[in-house]
Amino acid sequence: MFRPVCKSTNFHPKLWLAAMALLILYGPQLHAQDWFKTETSSGADRIRIAVANFKPISADAQTSSVKGTFDATLYSDLASAGIFDIVSKSLAPQSSPGTPAEINLQQWSADPASAAMVAFGNLGVEGGRLVANGFLFDAKNTQYPQVLAKQYNEDPSEESARQIAHRFADEIIFRLGGGVPGISETKIYYVKMGGGNKEIWEMDYDGANQHAITHLGTVTLSPRVAPDNSRLAFSSLGREGFQIRVYSLLLGRMVNFAAAGGTNLSPAWAPNGKELAYSSSRSGDPEIWIADINGGLARRITSFRGPDVSPVYNPRTGSQIAWISGRTGLPQLYIMDTDGSGVTRMTDGGYATSPSWSPNGQFLTFAWNRKYGPGAPGGQDIYVMEVATKKWIQLTHDGGRCDFPSWSPDGRHITYANTADGRPEHMKIWTMLSDGTQKRALTGPGADMPNWSWK
Amino acid sequence: MSSTQTVFRKFFVAAAVFVAISAVTGCHKKRSGIDPNSLGPAATTEGAAPTATISADPLAIDLGQSVVLNWRTQNATVVTIDGIGQVNVNGTQTVAPSNSTNFHLVAKGDGGTTEANVRVTVRVPVAPTVPANTGSLPGDMGTDEAFHQNVQDAFFDYDSYDLRPDAQTAISQGAAYLAAHPAIRVVIGGYADERGSAEYNLALGENRANSARSALIAAGVAPNRLRVISYGKEKQFCTEENETCWQQNRRAQFSLDR
Repeated sequence: MFRPVCKSTNFHPKLWLAAMALLILYGPQLHAQDWFKTETSSGADRIRIAVANFKPISADAQTSSVKGTFDATLYSDLASAGIFDIVSKSLAPQSSPGTPAEINLQQWSADPASAAMVAFGNLGVEGGRLVANGFLFDAKNTQYPQVLAKQYNEDPSEESARQIAHRFADEIIFRLGGGVPGISETKIYYVKMGGGNKEIWEMDYDGANQHAITHLGTVTLSPRVAPDNSRLAFSSLGREGFQIRVYSLLLGRMVNFAAAGGTNLSPAWAPNGKELAYSSSRSGDPEIWIADINGGLARRITSFRGPDVSPVYNPRTGSQIAWISGRTGLPQLYIMDTDGSGVTRMTDGGYATSPSWSPNGQFLTFAWNRKYGPGAPGGQDIYVMEVATKKWIQLTHDGGRCDFPSWSPDGRHITYANTADGRPEHMKIWTMLSDGTQKRALTGPGADMPNWSWK
Repeated sequence: MSSTQTVFRKFFVAAAVFVAISAVTGCHKKRSGIDPNSLGPAATTEGAAPTATISADPLAIDLGQSVVLNWRTQNATVVTIDGIGQVNVNGTQTVAPSNSTNFHLVAKGDGGTTEANVRVTVRVPVAPTVPANTGSLPGDMGTDEAFHQNVQDAFFDYDSYDLRPDAQTAISQGAAYLAAHPAIRVVIGGYADERGSAEYNLALGENRANSARSALIAAGVAPNRLRVISYGKEKQFCTEENETCWQQNRRAQFSLDR
């Protein structure tokens, strides 16, 4: 799906791209030293934002419970957005301004908060409804400070409080982040191990609300959600081996996908949602095939002996595929056009797997073990490569085996799987900014193969 | 002259034949008849110890089947077998024991007593245990044990799906067994060790299983008897982190396709 980058609104998207370009430009020189800071992570260009605890409308127990959830979620969403320098709650004024009339902006713009922006408001359960009013004020503009005012009205529950906080955070991020929609309402699909089986689970982008989607009682891998969030494609082990299967998130059940001979793996949705690319060995050797979303009209794209697997479309154009091929020995990252022409090898050695293409089409992230071999030093880490120049940077270091990076739809985040000690059962899902900072675990052990939804 | 000469010649020939027959057979009308004791094997000549052997064919039977006992003695006068009683000194008998039995033979003679034993094992059928996936094809593929003994798994080098010489040998032997047992259908599982990435390892496992399949086909096994499934690193045989264990997991495994 085409994701417009709004260039006219203000300077922030350009800064983001410039920062990434800078990062890529200096990447090869910088990778020699283990840690580096870029403009995206230095804080210098980030908007310093403060989030006041919302003021309760009433004093009942339900209000204070949902308010706690709301405040924590809003703070967490803005802190992890990747575009803010957030004011620690310990530095913020103790006041909880509920309305524009109650806020003293000097208090927020002065030391130690030094906030450029303040988010505040009120929230409570009123007449059986959860009502919230949220404001975003420019702390330096005392004459016309209001940037944003939003009102929400939902069924009262913890889940509603989280959703309201997500939506308000996304409004702020959209407004201050250069018109790129926030990701607070996106989902991550992943593989959950348990009892010798692997099922597909879903969680919110921040790790909340983890729950099972499939109950197939077998080994199910490689979940990939459709661009419109309507379906989930994956590969599942049956009597005839691994087959591509599709689950409808709208119907809540499996839907048809024509079975093919051989092992069928790693589906990938075309950005228009009308085709799936996947690895199939129906002809005897694992090759990349493209079929419609019912498995019909399948056509083969690659034709070299050796494993070909893990295709992923360029989400910007839909006309290119990156994938992993073992045609020369160890698996390497390649790109080609969707008709199989223009094959270009991207990695120069090692063991590269699990590509994901950035939403703007400029970058690939993948897992790479650059010194792969028995007894070789180093490990499998997450890398980002600029497609045009093949220049790369390393995002994870010395943290154990990493795999399955997947871009967020705003391109600012990457989710991935990591096992600190290398044991597969200790694999957890993590998230980080796409410059490698702000790493944090989203799940406990036994979770693998995350896939970030398209919106 | 011719007629008288012929008559004389005939007489002469007849006389010569008579003389010749008499000379060959001899005239021993005074000798006694044949001594019966000198013909049979048994008997109590001059007090030698008896010998005895007993055998059973077959040595193991299922309940309800019969077995043939066969015994031979020498220098014995009285021969008994426990459970049967007195029997001839040499003989055979068909018996159908209901459980495993020791047939104990005692041969007594003037020279002493000799014993001989044979044990017949009777297999009593036990109640059928869990039908271990044998399903509706009783026996025509043989047992898993016999199959795995003769069709051994092919092991691979690290990140390779080329057949090593040892794997070639294993597959040649396996192909011979499959040629001798045409009812067997085989599922070939492709496996990878736990290093590397799950999706790539599944594709690699597919290539490994296909390498083994191609080699079996080249050795004369019909393609429709072979089925390939890749398990990648999803079903590990061994979960330790060392090369011995990894080697165990890098294999094409042959199983009966029941």
